[in-house]
Amino acid sequence: MNSAVAPTAKSVARKGFWVGVATGAYGISYGALAVTAGLDVWQAVTLSLLLFSGGSQFALIGVIGAGGSGASAIGTSALLGLRNGFYGLQVSRLLQETGWRKVVAAQLTIDESTAVSVTQPNRELARTGFWWTGLSVYVLWGAMSAVGALLGNAIGDPKTFGLDAAAPAAFCALVWPRLSTTRARVVAIAAGVIALLVAPHAASGIPVLVAALAAVVAGLLPDRTITGAEDI
Amino acid sequence: MNLWLTVLIASAISFATKLLGYVVPQSALDHPLTDRIMRYLPVALLSALIAVQALTTSAGDFTLDARAAGLGVAICCLFARAPFLLVVVSAAGTAALLRAFGAG
Repeated sequence: MNSAVAPTAKSVARKGFWVGVATGAYGISYGALAVTAGLDVWQAVTLSLLLFSGGSQFALIGVIGAGGSGASAIGTSALLGLRNGFYGLQVSRLLQETGWRKVVAAQLTIDESTAVSVTQPNRELARTGFWWTGLSVYVLWGAMSAVGALLGNAIGDPKTFGLDAAAPAAFCALVWPRLSTTRARVVAIAAGVIALLVAPHAASGIPVLVAALAAVVAGLLPDRTITGAEDI
Repeated sequence: MNLWLTVLIASAISFATKLLGYVVPQSALDHPLTDRIMRYLPVALLSALIAVQALTTSAGDFTLDARAAGLGVAICCLFARAPFLLVVVSAAGTAALLRAFGAG
């Protein structure tokens, strides 16, 4: 929506890079919080490279930091990561990768790479967006978590810099081009409301998954009930 | 449980989840209805994520604080067709400023 200039491979790649930079800034606070929670620097960085899903990582160190068991940390992290499986369903069809590239693509399938990829007007740009975003975020998230873990408490509370407000703003900017139809906008608002209604009563990760119902309903309704639903 | 074991098991589950989305046979998803639902799936999941990240406490209760103000500013920026980076920096700056003055 409201895209003044049609995206090119270069502009999509640049966007992917900047998403990586913004996410990297968040990685510093993750690294610092991880060592505060009791992980060592290697464990903090291993999570960034192997688990590689910000929400799950924050949840895992949150449970550990609060004195929770390893099993509950794993459970919370797994629940929050389930949405990546849903992203893969859509992104794998855009990428059409095979062999080892498919394995790498799967590891890079997270909120950011999916958001940049699925908002592109064609498959070629979707691929460019996915790989640039995925690799930028992977490298910068990993490097910046190491920096954060080494600095530890020295950087202070990331909230002071409003870093916790940066992530939802970034996702909002990434989803924005996808909201070009009435139905997509209704889905977005309905999903947000569902998540907020479920959140007080469910474990972390569940509210976002329940909100997928909005997509199911939107897909089931015939096109003529809402105007402007011919393409998304 | 050993912390390393926790780290490695959580990582293995994360990768398995991601890979699952890639190994589901395309033919199983080729039905027009599945196709339509899947096209709305990223919008629904990401919008829900935005709502939870910006508008709930750690206990999951609805709240309006500096993050919500940041999100509001981000949406204004998007209506004004601001570039990605400006949107993100404005949101973070708004939240940081409000907190500096003791709000949110």
